[in-house]
Amino acid sequence: MLNVSNLESGYGKLQVLKKISMHIKPGEIVTIIGANGAGKTTLLNTISGLIKSTSGEIVFNDQNIGNLPAEKIVKLGCSLVPEGRQIFDTLTVKENLMIGAYSLNRNKKIINDELNKIFELFPILHERENQLGGTLSGGEQQMLAIGRALMAKPKLIMLDEPSMGLAPLIIKNIFDIIKELKNQGNTILLVEQNAKAALGIADRGYVLETGQIVLEDTSKELLNNDDVQKAYLGKDYKK
Amino acid sequence: MKFEYLLQYILSGLTNGSIYAITAIGFNIIYNTTGIINFAQGEFLMLGGMSAITFSQYFPLPIAILFAVIVTSIVGALIDFTIIRRMKKPTVLNMIIITIGLSILIREIALHVWDEKVRSLPYFTGDETTSINFFGAYIPPQVLWVLGISTLIVVFLGFFFKYTVAGRSMRACSSNITAAKLCGIKTNNMITFSFVLSAAIGAVAGAAISPIAQTQYDCGTSLAIKGFAVAILGGLGNSTGAVIGGLLIGILESLSISILPLAYKDAIAITILLIILFVKPSGLLGKSEISALKEF
Repeated sequence: MLNVSNLESGYGKLQVLKKISMHIKPGEIVTIIGANGAGKTTLLNTISGLIKSTSGEIVFNDQNIGNLPAEKIVKLGCSLVPEGRQIFDTLTVKENLMIGAYSLNRNKKIINDELNKIFELFPILHERENQLGGTLSGGEQQMLAIGRALMAKPKLIMLDEPSMGLAPLIIKNIFDIIKELKNQGNTILLVEQNAKAALGIADRGYVLETGQIVLEDTSKELLNNDDVQKAYLGKDYKK
Repeated sequence: MKFEYLLQYILSGLTNGSIYAITAIGFNIIYNTTGIINFAQGEFLMLGGMSAITFSQYFPLPIAILFAVIVTSIVGALIDFTIIRRMKKPTVLNMIIITIGLSILIREIALHVWDEKVRSLPYFTGDETTSINFFGAYIPPQVLWVLGISTLIVVFLGFFFKYTVAGRSMRACSSNITAAKLCGIKTNNMITFSFVLSAAIGAVAGAAISPIAQTQYDCGTSLAIKGFAVAILGGLGNSTGAVIGGLLIGILESLSISILPLAYKDAIAITILLIILFVKPSGLLGKSEISALKEF
């Protein structure tokens, strides 16, 4: 579904990603784990078109999307739930979700069906539909951000640090929702610092270090990998 | 004060006030999409008035005004296409300075295209001597035109921003432009559209007030200052607030004439602006909750 090869990108003269190659097959949850500053967010922002790549290819459903602007990429069915949630603070919850359906055709029935699906998945958003987005709690905002991305009926959902800044109980909640999304047949690219939780639900994982992919394997193997355990799962710390 | 006089003052205050309100709404439209204050807003009114006057020499009045609106909208679109869109780092401060520069530029160009003479459009109905007796006060019919047009604009915009996809998308752009892109909104086009819309509304207002307020190449500046004060008073970005603020400032201004010398009339708006900024910076209807979420 998504094929990234030799991708390089960065900010101005600062090159962050170095020859990244990775892929996602339909129906998979793939996770990218790595420390702060490894380039995880840069990778997602490049795929979604917010940052232009400097070289390499991004192919989504047989179409090269490397040079397309962000709004076209969403339309093709590749949605990003950005880091820090980035909801529309001054719009109501319902309006936030409606904007999420912007790239769909303007068929009211389709949009309403989607809206009802989202409200089923996140009943709390239904309760707060007329509240301003900015007044929601962190966990609710994360749900709203995910819901907004889902409104576009994406083929691939990319989640950037959905657990960031949330209480452990809420994190569990969010991860349950991601699992539920997978069960519904969605394809998901999950970027997380919380490696244990991410590998717990993913099929495969990539380990990103200083802009390079250093390891790639099934989640099971990665969870048992010595280096991964030391670096990301805190194995030595436990001892 | 005799009741008729009071009524007369209030009516003239309402007229000026509704103009301030439309100007403030022009500020709000661009602010709501881009988060910037377009200080060239007053020039849109001037351009609307001036070009309507020129066109009215060749065409019937409604068509002349329509052309004026089109011309001003094109100027609004050009401002975005040639300058705002090309900025590498469109920070709020940069944009404000640019729009101040633009307002000076447009004013100087207008001075060369037309001249420094004061002009005015003919009255939409009747003429200078027609007046309607309203409980003892006399009001020119143009006042009703101005009030009617302002009301229409406010109702139209209120509906537009709340219930249409384009209106909602414009608000989304203002709230978080990156997220708007990620939702598939072509943010550049939305910004252009907001400039066109606010130029068009400015032009309608500029033409409507021309018969009573008269139009000159630099008449936009004072309107922009008043409009800005009103926008702040009502709560930046809030159209209902702009209407209330506009009528309030308009009425206070015209009542002040009966107490203070005429020269102090303009000081009223600025004084209110200062008081509001000290006492309730989010404005009359601006919720502090919302203003805390905004950049400024």
